[in-house]
Amino acid sequence: MTTTFAPSALALSASMAVAAGLLGCFALMRRMSLAGDALSHVALPGIGLALLLGAPPLAGAVVALGAGAILIWVLERRTRVGVDAIVGVVFSGALAVGALLTTGEQLMDALFGAPGTLAGWEVGAGLLGAAAVVAFIIFARDRLVLMLISPDIALTAGIDVPRLDLMYLLAFALTVALGLRYLGALLMGSLVIIPAATARRVARDLTTMLTTSVAVSLVATLLGTWLAERLHRESGPLIISIAVACFLATTITPRRR
Amino acid sequence: MPTDALTVEHLVIRLGGTEIVRDLSFAVPQGTSLAVIGPNGSGKTVLFRALVGALPYEGSVRWAVGARIGYVPQKLDLERDLPITGRDLLRARARLARASNADVDRALGRVDLGPDVLDQLVGTFSGGQFQRLLIAVALLGNPTVLLLDEPTAGVDEPGQERLYDTVRRLQAEEGVTALVISHELSVVSRYATNVLCLSRDHPCFGIPRKVLTPENLSQVYGTPVGVFVHDDDIRA
Repeated sequence: MTTTFAPSALALSASMAVAAGLLGCFALMRRMSLAGDALSHVALPGIGLALLLGAPPLAGAVVALGAGAILIWVLERRTRVGVDAIVGVVFSGALAVGALLTTGEQLMDALFGAPGTLAGWEVGAGLLGAAAVVAFIIFARDRLVLMLISPDIALTAGIDVPRLDLMYLLAFALTVALGLRYLGALLMGSLVIIPAATARRVARDLTTMLTTSVAVSLVATLLGTWLAERLHRESGPLIISIAVACFLATTITPRRR
Repeated sequence: MPTDALTVEHLVIRLGGTEIVRDLSFAVPQGTSLAVIGPNGSGKTVLFRALVGALPYEGSVRWAVGARIGYVPQKLDLERDLPITGRDLLRARARLARASNADVDRALGRVDLGPDVLDQLVGTFSGGQFQRLLIAVALLGNPTVLLLDEPTAGVDEPGQERLYDTVRRLQAEEGVTALVISHELSVVSRYATNVLCLSRDHPCFGIPRKVLTPENLSQVYGTPVGVFVHDDDIRA
C-alpha cells in the first residue's frame, strides 16, 4: 500500500496532471469543455454497480467511462445532434442513476475523490494509462489540429476522422478515470479544463498552450497534494482551488494582443 | 483526348430524408476548371462534401486513379483567440504529407503569402488571407484536384482577382483540376471551362457561353440575373 505523498503516488498524480493538461487543450479548442466535464459524471453509475457487485470501484468507473465515450460517439453520428445536447440528456441521467446506486459516503468519495492508500496495481495501471494518453496526444497532435480546424480538410488529408474522434473521447474517458481517486468525478473534469483555459489566455501558439497547460496542471496537483498533507485537508478541492487561482491570475493581467 | 479527373453518375444526396441533390451526372476532364453555381440552399456545399466522402450518397463518384484531393471549405467559424498559428496549421499538414519546411515556404509563396503569417493566429486572418492559407495547406498534400467552396466570399475585389489568379497559375503550371463553388458569375464566365448549375428543377451543365444565358440563369435562380460573358475567356 502507498500513501498519497509516497514517491509512487506522487508520480501517479503528476502523470495524471500531464495527461489532463495536454488533453484539456484540445477539449477546450474543440468546444467540448462542458461535454467533457459532464462525461466524467458517467463514472458514477459504474462505481455504484461495481460496489453492488463487490468489484473494484475504479474498474467499474473505467468501464462506465469507456461506454460513455462510445455512447457520445455513436449518438453524435446517428442523431447529428451537438455533443453538448447529448451530454445534457444522457449524462445528467447517469448522474441521477449513479446517485441512486451509491450510499451517501460512497457518493461523496466518488464525486470529490478520496485518495486514501493506493495498491501497487493501481499505481501501475495509472502510470500506464497516463502514458497512453500522453503518447496519444503527442502522436495525434497534427491530426487533431487539422480535425479541429475542419473535419473535411482532415478527411481529404487521409485522416480517419470518426476513428480519431473515438480515440480522443476514449483518451478523455481514461484521463477522467485516472483522476477519480484524487479528485472524484466532479473535480476531475475541472482539472482537464481549467489549466487549458488558463493556458489559452496566455498562449500565442499551440506548443505554448500545451506546455503552459501541463505546467499549471502539474503545479496545481503537486502543490495541492503537498498542502493537503500539511493542512490535513482533502487534496481534490485544494488542487482545483490552486488551478482556479492560476486562471484568475491571468484575468487580472492584460491579455495578450 | 483528356481523361476525366472526376466522373459523377446518377448522384443522389439526401439529408435528413430530404433529397438535396437529385440524379446528377457530370464529368470534369483533367486540368480543367468546373464552376458550380446555384442559389443558396441548392446543395453546392453538400455536393462537395459528398464528393470528398464526408456525406453519404447514392450513385457513383469516381475520381481518376491516383487523384489527391485538396479541399478548401467555406469560411470557417474560428475563434479569434484560437491559439493555432499559420505555422501550427501548415506544419501539421506538412508532417502528415511528409513535406519539409522548405515545402511549407514554397506553398506560402505560391499563394502570395509572406512568412509573417506563420506567427499569426489563424482566427485573426482576413477572409482572403485565410482562404489563401487554406490553399497553401491543401498544396502541401501535392493535390491533383482542388475543391474550393466559395473561396472569395467576403473577400474584396482585388483579393478575389488575386485568389483566382493563384488558382489559374496552379492549373497552368501543374495541371491541377479545379472545382470551384462561386456566386461571382462574371468571374465564373472568365475562369471556368465548364459550369454546373444546381437547381432543383433546372440543373444544367456546359461551357459558360452556353450555360450563363439570361434565360438559363433566371430559371436557375428564379429571378432575372444578368451576366457579362467575356470574349477573351482564359480557360484551361
